[in-house]
Amino acid sequence: MSKLSLIVKREYLTRVTKKSFIIGTLLAPLGLLVYMLVIVGLSKYESGSEIKVAVLDEAGMVRQLPDDKGVRFIPSGGKNIEQLKTEVQEKQIDGVLRIPPLGNFQKKEHTVFYYSDDKLAPEKSGIIERKIAKKIREFKVDSLKLDPKSLEMLETDIAIDPEKITGTGEDDSKYTVGVGLAIGGVMAFIMFFMVMMYGQMVMRSVMEEKTNRIVEVMMSSVRPFDLMLGKILGAGAVGLTQVVIWVVLSGGIMFLVPLIMGGVDPSQMQAPMSPGDVTIDPEQMEGEAFRFMNEINKQNWWLIISSFIIFFLGGYFIYSSLFAAIGSAMGDDMGEGQALVLPVTIPIILAIYIVFFAGIRNPDSGLMVFASLFPLFSPIAMPFRMAFNPPWWQIALSLILVVAAAFFFVWLAGRIYRVGILLYGKKVTFKEIGKWMFYKG
Amino acid sequence: MILSIQNVVKTYGNYTAVDHVSFDVPKGSVFGLLGPNGAGKTSLIRMITTITGPDSGAIFLDGEKLNERTPERIGYMPEERGLYKKMKVGDHLLYLAQLKGLSKAEAQKQIDHWLTKFDIKDWWPKKIEDLSKGMQQKIQFIATIVHQPRLLILDEPFTGLDPINTNLIKDEIRQLNESGISIIFSTHRMEQVEEMCDYIVLINHGKNVLYGEVQSIKNQYKQNLFRVEWQGELPVDFGQQFSIVKQENHAVTVKLHDESQSNDLLRHLIQKGIRITHFEEILPTFDEIFIRTVEGEKATTGSTQ
Repeated sequence: MSKLSLIVKREYLTRVTKKSFIIGTLLAPLGLLVYMLVIVGLSKYESGSEIKVAVLDEAGMVRQLPDDKGVRFIPSGGKNIEQLKTEVQEKQIDGVLRIPPLGNFQKKEHTVFYYSDDKLAPEKSGIIERKIAKKIREFKVDSLKLDPKSLEMLETDIAIDPEKITGTGEDDSKYTVGVGLAIGGVMAFIMFFMVMMYGQMVMRSVMEEKTNRIVEVMMSSVRPFDLMLGKILGAGAVGLTQVVIWVVLSGGIMFLVPLIMGGVDPSQMQAPMSPGDVTIDPEQMEGEAFRFMNEINKQNWWLIISSFIIFFLGGYFIYSSLFAAIGSAMGDDMGEGQALVLPVTIPIILAIYIVFFAGIRNPDSGLMVFASLFPLFSPIAMPFRMAFNPPWWQIALSLILVVAAAFFFVWLAGRIYRVGILLYGKKVTFKEIGKWMFYKG
Repeated sequence: MILSIQNVVKTYGNYTAVDHVSFDVPKGSVFGLLGPNGAGKTSLIRMITTITGPDSGAIFLDGEKLNERTPERIGYMPEERGLYKKMKVGDHLLYLAQLKGLSKAEAQKQIDHWLTKFDIKDWWPKKIEDLSKGMQQKIQFIATIVHQPRLLILDEPFTGLDPINTNLIKDEIRQLNESGISIIFSTHRMEQVEEMCDYIVLINHGKNVLYGEVQSIKNQYKQNLFRVEWQGELPVDFGQQFSIVKQENHAVTVKLHDESQSNDLLRHLIQKGIRITHFEEILPTFDEIFIRTVEGEKATTGSTQ
């Protein structure tokens, strides 16, 4: 086994078998599990209880209301209001819905009465309101002798299609920004998260040799560069492991919990419940969702995923090697280390600001073009821009630059690392670190 | 020669740590690398162990210029030494041995051999941090020799060890040397030098200021001091014949002009009827040689103690 793989293996195993890693990795899915159980449990609790409602149609317009989501409509069967109220009290039915005659067709409001001693859940009252509104509409249409088909023609769905004046290339639609934001946002989040957590893990692992005073023993067996690279790769592998476990466990939980808790209507699980939610017309939503999915499908997924992987790896290597360089400069004192961490995190935060404040307004501005090419920003900026179909040569250039930068920074960090770990006690400034880059090996 | 240092220079910025140093380490010898703090010993050792590289000059191990395989042939126990506290003894020794080029199987074999030899086989699953300091040093020593190096470099190997463990390690070093392994010893403790070394080099301000076989250096620095113990009375004119350096009850230390005078001294005392019980040449201790050289004095008038 090559020395590098020995080092990677040791770094990986040391961290992955630590209690703190195992607990940290399982904590998030555990939280998700609890959350899911609560949500699913609640929705079952609410929708499980079906109510039986007798319909007293004094308007003569509602022949039959269709059952829906826990509300069963029962015809009054000729009984009067007092008889129905008694049935409620005797628990034969849960409530009585009395629909008075409509009166003036031009009235835009109509009150119906619900008799019951039990409180009507907001979700269910929404269902009833919608059903009645629909029926009344049908009734009015019918009574006014309007042609339903003609009425449908009245609805026109508007979509804005941006067209380029000069040049070719695919056009955007109004969803492009959304998709871009989604993709860019996901990437930014992953990038930030990985760099912060695992970049800092690299930094701490680099300090391990100093705190254990094993620097010289290690240096007399392996090249400093191999040791540093081994730590970067090892920490990366740990990060990957953790993320994979999270994805698998979370996915599994989100899939299995509803299944196990027993046939729950997935649409019930939109949580948390609020009265506003239930007035959304599902049909209208379908149209929007369709257009959104269409936009997503327009993206060239192979290109996106493969370039994402490259940007992600490039960003990780750039930032983790910076952290390795800092870690090697720190003495036993963690305190001074924190001061050095800040400058390294600034570029990422800056990248996020540029993308989410300047990028959404103008994805092709000079600033964004620069940001999507500059290797410290590009892992976040370019994925965002890719939803807007930038020129292919910019994408290619950005990829080349980020890969080149990754190699450069790893090499640079190696030069700093080999000087830094052999020094003890000296307080280091950035100026000092700068000198190290030029020491001969 | 197991090691040949040829005109090696190492600078850090404006500071010259090693200034055109040359010396050879004979194969199978115990070689002392001496010098005051900051003399450049550590820089030199780091170059030999390939931790750093010289700015100019060359270093040869067993006739071969230093290269990537050098670490596998050298065992190095630095002065600043430690182990990964959270690792288990067994895993740690395997890791270090494999980094020195052993296969896993070979490493396992060697580690078992040494753990058994030191009677600590049951330490395999223990974490380093659960061991006492002396125990950790033993593990450290094993890690240094597990790959059967041809050259062993020990920098202050006995600091922190109690007398029993010190003797244990001393014995091991002696055994290793007898089996043919060359040993470079860096220390301030001159009595250890006298006890264990065949050759020494003394480094000061980055330069080689003294180098050679221990006995010949002692002879080189001797001041023709002789000590006699006797029974009876010392002749009155004794002080006029010989310069007395130190007088004790029934013993005297004299400084002779040259060593051939030693027989004259004996003859003189015998003729006077003095019964001699003890006669020896006082050779300088390495402490004295060290101080004398480092402080740049060529001759001393002072006493031996």
